[in-house]
Order: sequence, then structure tokens, then C-alpha cells
Amino acid sequence: MFSTEEEKIISVLRTQYDDQVLLTEKLYDFLTITLKADKIIEVITLLRDHPDTQFKFLTTLCGIHFPDLGQIAVMYQLHNMHNGMRIRLKVYLPQEMPVVPTLTTVFPGANWMERETYDFYGVVFEGHPDLRRILNVEEMIIFPLRKEYPLEDQTREDKADEMFGR
Amino acid sequence: MTLQDSDIDKVKPEEKQYSFLNLGPTHPATHGIFQNVLKMDGEIIVDAQPTIGYIHRAFEKLAERRPFYQITPITDRLNYCSAPINNIGWHMTVEKLIKAEIPKRVQYLRVIVMELARITDHLICNAVIGVDTGALTGFVYLFQQRELVYEIYEEICGARLTTNIGRIGGFERDFSPKAWDKIHQFLREFPKVLKEFENLLKRNRIFMDRTIGCGGITAERALQYSFTGVNLRAAGVDYDVRVAQPYSSYQDFEFSIPVGINGDVYDRFMVRQEEMWQSLSIIEQAIKNLPEGPYHAEIPDFYLPPKEEVYNNMEALIYQFKIVMGETDVPKGEVYHCVEGGNGELGFYLVSDGGRTPFRLHFRRPCYIFYQAYPEIIRGSMLSDAILTMSSMNVIAGELDA
Repeated sequence: MFSTEEEKIISVLRTQYDDQVLLTEKLYDFLTITLKADKIIEVITLLRDHPDTQFKFLTTLCGIHFPDLGQIAVMYQLHNMHNGMRIRLKVYLPQEMPVVPTLTTVFPGANWMERETYDFYGVVFEGHPDLRRILNVEEMIIFPLRKEYPLEDQTREDKADEMFGR
Repeated sequence: MTLQDSDIDKVKPEEKQYSFLNLGPTHPATHGIFQNVLKMDGEIIVDAQPTIGYIHRAFEKLAERRPFYQITPITDRLNYCSAPINNIGWHMTVEKLIKAEIPKRVQYLRVIVMELARITDHLICNAVIGVDTGALTGFVYLFQQRELVYEIYEEICGARLTTNIGRIGGFERDFSPKAWDKIHQFLREFPKVLKEFENLLKRNRIFMDRTIGCGGITAERALQYSFTGVNLRAAGVDYDVRVAQPYSSYQDFEFSIPVGINGDVYDRFMVRQEEMWQSLSIIEQAIKNLPEGPYHAEIPDFYLPPKEEVYNNMEALIYQFKIVMGETDVPKGEVYHCVEGGNGELGFYLVSDGGRTPFRLHFRRPCYIFYQAYPEIIRGSMLSDAILTMSSMNVIAGELDA
């Protein structure tokens, strides 16, 4: 199921942080690893600095809301530019209190990505230098990409449409 | 009592008075809706505080309510200078999810369209660098050439700026003879114009003095900030998705990846200039080696049947109905697909739960990620250099704010 290079990455993780790894799977062409949230920064630092992995580039970071599980996942996607390997890491946080340490100490580029995730999901990144809303207005009181908020404000009456519904 | 020079030295740095300048949100020199509150010491920028989100349109939320084929028009409005690349990138993401087999001819046609889009994107950006250094001539001249490319789009799909080009699985129709004529005409006429534009600026003393050493970033810092695309290559890292992870048969083509050294405005300009020549060569190769075959894949669950069949054939009618009503089943899964967009790696992260719409769709928008380094790049430079730096980084408001 896994190629030899992917096995190598998993074994690097297993030797140092075996208790942190919850699940390793391959989704299409991507090695996806689900981890516990508390040591995620140490794990990413290890993946960046270890000579066998060298994931020195943070491609993207985003949140996903799973209302059925009552959890919000934060997805980190790393890239090793030397051999073109990519990896996806996921941590699951409770939706009532999603808190995870910040990645800005490892990758400065994570700054705005984390602000965006906070803005849309309310994930609090502990230690972030400037955790404010970025794309939405400061006065907003909801986290709009969470599934409980419908696309449009359902209390609006100016766009009522009896024939086709909303 | 007059102020002596020695008195000025006694002023402590914290007593120094700074002025604050509000650059934007609607300033003609920022080429889009960007606000920067600049802390100025005379004409030197001490600090900058960018505010973004003025044209945020909630694309990621919108996408969760739309069937896959209705998301293509959303992607148009990300980087609207090279909309076809976004469209085709999205089609390829869905094709990866449903594991569709795409014919070689479609892949080559897509390469032609994407490289034309790359040319228009770089064309605008380089022309605007010229405008910001005071050379309006090149801008006006090159806009005529962009017009020719937009006419090609028009022949292929009927639209110009927000193209909505192609469909999941291929194109809605084959390129018409008129489209081919226009492509050949463009390939004949454009190199002369591009050469002329290059002669205007490339070794121009004023332009070089103005741009060399302005708005630079080191390769190391650029990688830490997750730069991609031209901005990263200008700093000297040869990362291009077309080569690193070839999609749509880019491995069949012979082309080189230009890189810069200093990562400054001049290097970005030169990298874009060279990439346009490479794109022209790719288009020529694609036309020369264009395989015969269908212009769309055989995926009746996703590709709309021809209209005449819908009226006469029961099966086609059912497929038409299922696609339009969004009732086709898709596999569950997570897909990430990236293409080399006009200004960097444009990625689509799609989580599907098997429903008619994506469960989650995240756009990796290159300029959202590299624009956060802007305050650091312009710190300590002049105001006029800051404006030049922004236009040379190719920050597109639509993509920045999603």
C-alpha cells in the first residue's frame, strides 16, 4: 500500500513519536497521517529537520468541520521539494474549544493561514503573534465556515421566495 | 536660538515623530483593493500594516452548496488575469477524484489554453511594472496583444475575462478553424511585439536603476514564507509545478525554467519575460504534435451529452437530467491537485463525502500566502519602491480575498 519512501517517513515518526500517531492512510496519491494535537509542532519540526524526510516547505493549512463527530480538523500539508514528496497531517480538535499550538515558530508563512483558519473556524492558535480576523469584519460574531451556519442569513425577509424556496 | 546638528543627534529614537499614511484601499497605484497603513519616517517606510478582505466573496462557503460543475465559474474569479488556468485546474481536481481517463488530445488542447493564459497574466504584470516606473507606452501596446488572446478564448468558449472554459472531462466543443486561425495569427505577430517591449525596458538605464535591488527577498526567506511561482523562481529556487509534478502531459514538452538571483523587481520582470518565450515554444510544440482524437473524455456521468441526442435518445436525456440536477454519485475521498498558476502554485484541496457538493473545498491561493511577506519586503524602502514591489509581485485582489 505504501511506497518505500512513505514507509521511511512513517518509521521516522514511529521511532520518535509513536504515541502521537493515530492513523496512517493513503488517500489517492497522498500519505495522510492523523496525529494527536498536543505535540503537533514537535512532530512538524522533526519532519522538517530529519534528513530522511526534509519537509521544509509548508504548502497550505486549513480547517475542516465535522459536525457529526463534533470536531474540527486542522490539516497541514508539507512538501519536500528535493524529491517531490508531499504529506498531509491532520489533528482533530473538539469543536467547543479548538486550541492548537501555533506553527508560526516553525514556518513564518503559517501566520496568515492560521489567521484565516481562526477567522472561519474559530480555531485558537496558542502563541500566534497576531490572531485577529483577516478576511471578515472584526465585528463578526460567528465563525462562518462551520457547518451550523447556512450559506445565507436565514432571518432575512427581503429575499423570500415562496415558489422555489431558499 | 537655532538648532544645531548636535541637537538632532540627542533626539532619542522613541521621541522621533512618524507620520502615518493610508495607502489604499482604492488607490490607483495599487491596482486593486489593498489597504496598507504605512508608518513613515520622511519618505522611508518604517512599518506597514496590510488590511485585506475588501472583496471577500466567501468562495469556500459558496462551493459547499454547489454541484461540482457549478464551481468552475467561482474559480474564474480567483486570479482573473489567468482564469483558464484556474478553470482547468479545477476540472483536473474533479477528474482526479472520479479517476477519469483524459484523452491525449484534450491534454494538449488544455496546455495550449493554459500557456496562452500564462502569457496574458505575465503580460499584464510586466506591463504594469513598466507603468509604475513611468513607461506607459509598453502597457498600452501590450494590451492590444492581450485582446488577441481574449479573442481566442472567445472562439473557444464564448467568454473573454471570466472564461468558464471547458468542462469536467474536456472541452464543450472542439477548437473551431477560426480559433486555430487566431492562434496561428497570435503566434506570428506576438513575438515581434514582445521583442519590442523587451528592447524598451530590458537594458534601459532608467528602468534598471529603478528596479535592480528594489523589493528583494532571499531564497531562504521566500521558502520560509511559502512563496511559489515567479516570486520564488526570481529568488533562485527552480520550483515549477509543471516540472516537479507534471500534469496534463507537460512531461511531453521541452522547455526550461528561468530563475533569477536576487529576487528583486528586475529579476521577477526578467523571469516573467523569459517564461513568456517558453510558453510560446510550448504552444508551438503542442500544435505540432497535437494528437488526433476526441475533445472530451468518455465519462457520461459527468460530461453533458450533445443536445440533439438529449431530444432523441432516452439514455442521453437521463444523463442530462442527472448532471444538471447534480444527482451523480462521486466517490468519497480527499484530493489535492495543484497547477502552476499565473503567480504560483494554485492548489485545490477537495474533501468529498459522496454528496452532490464538496464537503470542503480549500483553495491554496498563492498570492494570499506570499502577500504576507510584503511588509517585511518593503520595510526600509521608499514609498515609490513599495508600489513597484507590489505590482511586481503580481498580487491579484480577487485571489487574495477569495
